[in-house]
Amino acid sequence: MAKPKVATTSLAGCFGCHMSLLDIDDRILKLVELVDFDKSPIDDIKEFSGRCAIGLIEGGCCNEENVRVLQDFRKHCDILISVGDCATMGGIPAMRNNIPLEECYAEAYLDGPTVHNPSKQIPNDPELPLLLNKVYPCHEVVKIDYHLPGCPPSADTLWEALVALLSDKPVALPYALIKYD
Amino acid sequence: MSDTINFIIDGVEIQGREGQTILEAAEAAGIYIPRLCHLKGLTPHGSCRVCTVLVNGRPQASCTQPVAEGIVVESESERVQQIRRDIIDMLFVEGNHFCMFCEKSGNCELQAMAYRFGIPTPKFPYQFPKRGVDASHPDIFVDHNRCILCGRCVRASRDLDGKHVFDFVDRGPHKRVAVNAEARLADTNLDASDKATEVCPVGAILRKRVGYAVPVGKRLYDEKPIGSDIEAAKTK
Amino acid sequence: MSASLQAAVQEICQACGNDRTRVMDIVREVQSRFGCVTGEAMDLIAKTVSAHRVEVEGVVSFYAFLSDQPKGEVVIRLCNDVIDEMAGSERIVRAFREALGIDFGQTTPDGRITLEHTPCIGMCDQAPAAMVNDVIVTRLSSDSVWAMVRELKAHMDPKRLVQKLGDGNNAHSLVHAMVENNIRRSGPVIFADLTPGDALKKAVAMSPQEVIRDIKTSRLRGRGGAGFPTGIKWDYTRSAEGAKRYVLCNADEGEPGTFKDRVILTEKAELLFEGMAIAGYAVGAETGILYLRAEYAYLRAFLEDVLNRQRSRGLLGKDVGGKRGFDFDIRIQMGAGAYICGEETALISSCEGLRGDPKNRPPFPAQKGYLGCPTTVNNVETFCCVARILDKGPGWFAQLGSQGSSGTKLLSISGDCKSPGVYEVPFGVKLREVLKMAGAEEALAVQVGGPSGQMVGEKDYDRSICYDDLATGGSVMVFGPQRNLLHVVSKFLEFFVEESCGYCTPCRVGNVLLKERVDRILAGQGEEADLAYLQDLGQTVKMASRCGLGQTSANPVLSTLKNFRSMYESLLRKPIDGKQLSFDIHQALADAQTVVGRQSVHF
Ligand SMILES: Cc1cc2nc3c(=O)[nH]c(=O)nc-3n(C[C@H](O)[C@H](O)[C@H](O)COP(=O)(O)O)c2cc1C
Ligand code: SF4
Ligand code: SF4
Ligand code: SF4
Ligand code: FES
Repeated sequence: MAKPKVATTSLAGCFGCHMSLLDIDDRILKLVELVDFDKSPIDDIKEFSGRCAIGLIEGGCCNEENVRVLQDFRKHCDILISVGDCATMGGIPAMRNNIPLEECYAEAYLDGPTVHNPSKQIPNDPELPLLLNKVYPCHEVVKIDYHLPGCPPSADTLWEALVALLSDKPVALPYALIKYD
Repeated sequence: MSDTINFIIDGVEIQGREGQTILEAAEAAGIYIPRLCHLKGLTPHGSCRVCTVLVNGRPQASCTQPVAEGIVVESESERVQQIRRDIIDMLFVEGNHFCMFCEKSGNCELQAMAYRFGIPTPKFPYQFPKRGVDASHPDIFVDHNRCILCGRCVRASRDLDGKHVFDFVDRGPHKRVAVNAEARLADTNLDASDKATEVCPVGAILRKRVGYAVPVGKRLYDEKPIGSDIEAAKTK
Repeated sequence: MSASLQAAVQEICQACGNDRTRVMDIVREVQSRFGCVTGEAMDLIAKTVSAHRVEVEGVVSFYAFLSDQPKGEVVIRLCNDVIDEMAGSERIVRAFREALGIDFGQTTPDGRITLEHTPCIGMCDQAPAAMVNDVIVTRLSSDSVWAMVRELKAHMDPKRLVQKLGDGNNAHSLVHAMVENNIRRSGPVIFADLTPGDALKKAVAMSPQEVIRDIKTSRLRGRGGAGFPTGIKWDYTRSAEGAKRYVLCNADEGEPGTFKDRVILTEKAELLFEGMAIAGYAVGAETGILYLRAEYAYLRAFLEDVLNRQRSRGLLGKDVGGKRGFDFDIRIQMGAGAYICGEETALISSCEGLRGDPKNRPPFPAQKGYLGCPTTVNNVETFCCVARILDKGPGWFAQLGSQGSSGTKLLSISGDCKSPGVYEVPFGVKLREVLKMAGAEEALAVQVGGPSGQMVGEKDYDRSICYDDLATGGSVMVFGPQRNLLHVVSKFLEFFVEESCGYCTPCRVGNVLLKERVDRILAGQGEEADLAYLQDLGQTVKMASRCGLGQTSANPVLSTLKNFRSMYESLLRKPIDGKQLSFDIHQALADAQTVVGRQSVHF
């Protein structure tokens, strides 16, 4: 029987959640026995090769590309999991959410203390994804099946959740593994 | 004893005393009813509604509702727990709670309540309101992003410190805590030793320069759910 | 400015005995003289009445008619109630904007005129309507708005806007209003004649306990909404411990679509004050307070005059009704724009010079109310019933109406009907009959009891108006087949969001969330699961809220989910590819496209 496939991505996140996944230490060998990794920065596969059992999303949506990737994940994954506070509630990037976008752009490209931009132009190369008006938690953009909070969620949290899902059990985290920090 | 009042919580017979609230009587019997605005030593406020119970089928805030002979109280049933979960979710989405860098994290009663209820993330949409921080005072700062309007600071300053440094202004969703000055906490007579500086259940009123002192794993609610101390008293 | 402010504040506080509990009167007066209550004024007031500045700020910021920012000499407050909207207030909104050159919430650059919205001002039967300072203007049209603005700019005198006077006492020189009574149906209890003093004299000929017994025998229940038996309330008040007792009349009439108390105050004030005096006698009070909503300030001078007349008739003051030792008098407490102050414990807070927050119960007002003393709070109409009961006898009253609901009820009918106005009907009347009387047979839906009541449809028209079936404090709003009921629900929720005191979590946050989800469905972004979400959330708000506002604010949602579910269902869509319908990528990108100056390549 083919192994279930897992895909992962980092949207508006810091890769801390992916680091935490690697933090499961030697259990990573067990994980590789249990699953195949599809599209993921871990194996550098850029496009989905087919349907995946589980998608792990790190980060919320701060720009249009995040939205596109997230929607693509939703299309390809049976179970989609928001991993980490950025995915579940926007996280640190969402601190901009009560500041008008125009001011954010100005701070980043025009007036910020470390900005050198004599042309006074906001970069508008089509390669640069447009920012969304605010940072969205993933579940406000697509349906999400499970949320694993934490900044990042501990390796144990990720492990417990994955093992439960791979053995067709619902994810029920014990007290010690639900943490928002 | 003549002033004993017998009543039932979730099928358990409890003895309370005249003048006690349901929450107090339950606590004395080792039953924890969740609470946020209530704090021992302050007059009950009845604002957070996390302590809601059904008394003979009618919803009441147990922190303000007195015990009465023969009442039947429902506290841990699914429908009551559902109300409490909803209220906790509301408090999270109403403010801006970035636990990952909050100095109160691990010792915060709101966060601990969410942990106790096993909430992975609130079910309501985040409001991301615009709120301010007042860091003018040399020893204390107020971060309104995290305020849950529990009124503990208001009551402590008024009733324990005899000052009235804090009070509520505006109404409805705009309601907020203000200080007894034009705008700045520094312009009030708040002293770092005031009780009002110690009672905030969340990270909205904090002492400067002492944050993150306790390592992760050793904080108040890292290992045991909030309310465990009360429940432990029962098992003894 | 500062010296004159100081002198004025001191004088105003002095006039109120430097009494901390009179802060409402003080800040209202400062507001009216200076156009706002500045931080400096708050400091001065706080010092003079021995309060804290932040407490005064708490009061000023609580009430919609008070402000710490300067307002124009003239403040125009256009009613934005749903009934006014149906009467075309959108056109009026446009006319005001254009005629004044400012938007709502703004003041003209010369600082003279401020334009604002306000919730229901109790003129739904003559909508669209507005307040210009204390003056009421009704049946507005674009033309009349332009004419009004011209007149205001020329003379800055709102009184000059009243050209045609209304009927009855609306034309009295002390009222001088264009307001109409629209009494469509009179009954034997409220609108019948009464010789002043008759009822009171019969009362004082009995013992207070006998009066209470009579009220119990009449089976009178409160007309303000909650329907608590009046006799029992008085009994509790009378038997509670306290140095003093108080009688409070609730004339806050803020429930949208209710305007019957306004008509009583205009035409039957004597009956009301006599009822209050009887209550005073029954519970053992010397002081009565009429809590009058700020929207009805135009009636104040007239009511003061009626009070004086009652005094000269010996029906207020010393030895009232000729009863040696029974002293009772009434003062008027003005509100300042807060629906929640109609809730009896919030009303008490407001009378005490506090924010209009409801209080924790127990203790109930009958035990510890105004200033900690036993207090009975009753509705305007309730007191009128009391006077009539004493005059005509409890048996006479009890045989009117239906089994559990004796007497008559005033209904304020508005919306899509031929004859909006006030109807005195016997309890037990079928809703269908009421609709027929008002010329509203076409109704698609009827909101009975105001936003906090129920929205019912055709299948419920044979139910009766009474406490045990379709209960109402008086509001009956009719919606014709052309109306979008979900929009009405959204407007009601907007009202509750604005008017929540914000004390407790479920109401403060829950109503915002309810409105967000209803609006989402209205925008075509709702899905099946949203109905369960609304039901559950509504239930939490209803069950966990601290006072009647939050305990009923979800009713528009819950009752339409029950009675008009298909209306929701017709707007629902199915999510595609797991995308959230509520996430609109184009809207999310609009800001960035403007700032960066190019379109998205992805979407
Ligand atoms: C939000 C809210 C607003 C209310 N507004 C009014 C009002 O405007 N007039 C009124 O008489 N009762 C109002 N009530 C009901 C009062 O709390 C109280 O029950 C009533 O004044 C008692 O008088 P009654 O027994 O004569 O009806 C309101 C209640 C709530 C919860
Ligand atoms: S106050 Fe509590 S819930 Fe809020 S951010 Fe801090 S730790 Fe989290
Ligand atoms: S600052 Fe803290 S103590 Fe004060 S009301 Fe807010 S949450 Fe409560
Ligand atoms: S239910 Fe609403 S109005 Fe009533 S106390 Fe709570 S917040 Fe205030
Ligand atoms: S603890 Fe009872 S309402 Fe907050």
